[in-house]
Amino acid sequence: MSDAIETIRRTVAENDVVLFMKGTADQPQCGFSNQVVRILDHVGVDYVDVNVLADDDIRQGVKDFTNWPTIPQLYVKGEFIGGCDIVREMFQTGELKALFADKGVAVSA
Amino acid sequence: MPMSVQSLENLLREAFPDADIRIDDLAGDGDHYRAVVRSDAFKGKSRVAQHQLVYAALKGRMGGELHALALDTGPKTA
Repeated sequence: MSDAIETIRRTVAENDVVLFMKGTADQPQCGFSNQVVRILDHVGVDYVDVNVLADDDIRQGVKDFTNWPTIPQLYVKGEFIGGCDIVREMFQTGELKALFADKGVAVSA
Repeated sequence: MPMSVQSLENLLREAFPDADIRIDDLAGDGDHYRAVVRSDAFKGKSRVAQHQLVYAALKGRMGGELHALALDTGPKTA
């Protein structure tokens, strides 16, 4: 388990935007994960997708990492931003784009 | 295992005695809920912290017994 936590810590440290999700960005396997993928694609930000279904240790590890019991989970510059509801709410209010701008993450939309 | 609206509401009520709570059973299967919770316990807290309080109130059921719970949280007075 500590290996999984270390992997998660490294992944979110080395990549600006990371989405832990069920399935992949190309083939989401859960409606909530799919919603976040669509929002990130709409905003036009580059991100790394991590399929938690491919690794049970990561799946549990990411829940322990942030004390957050559900997937998807979005990280920007190492900071946990939230799950599906929070990302959607932030997208609707424009806060998500502002967050990317604040953090210096390039968006194309 | 599905969870009843009543037991979900009881857990939330216990954790947030002052709250206005509304629970919708989205799919009618006792497994996909949406909860709107307005409590002063959320005042001044980030969304992540607010949702973590709700998950704590559910005592580990979220992600297990309870598959899907959409959350809309906030303080009572905007």
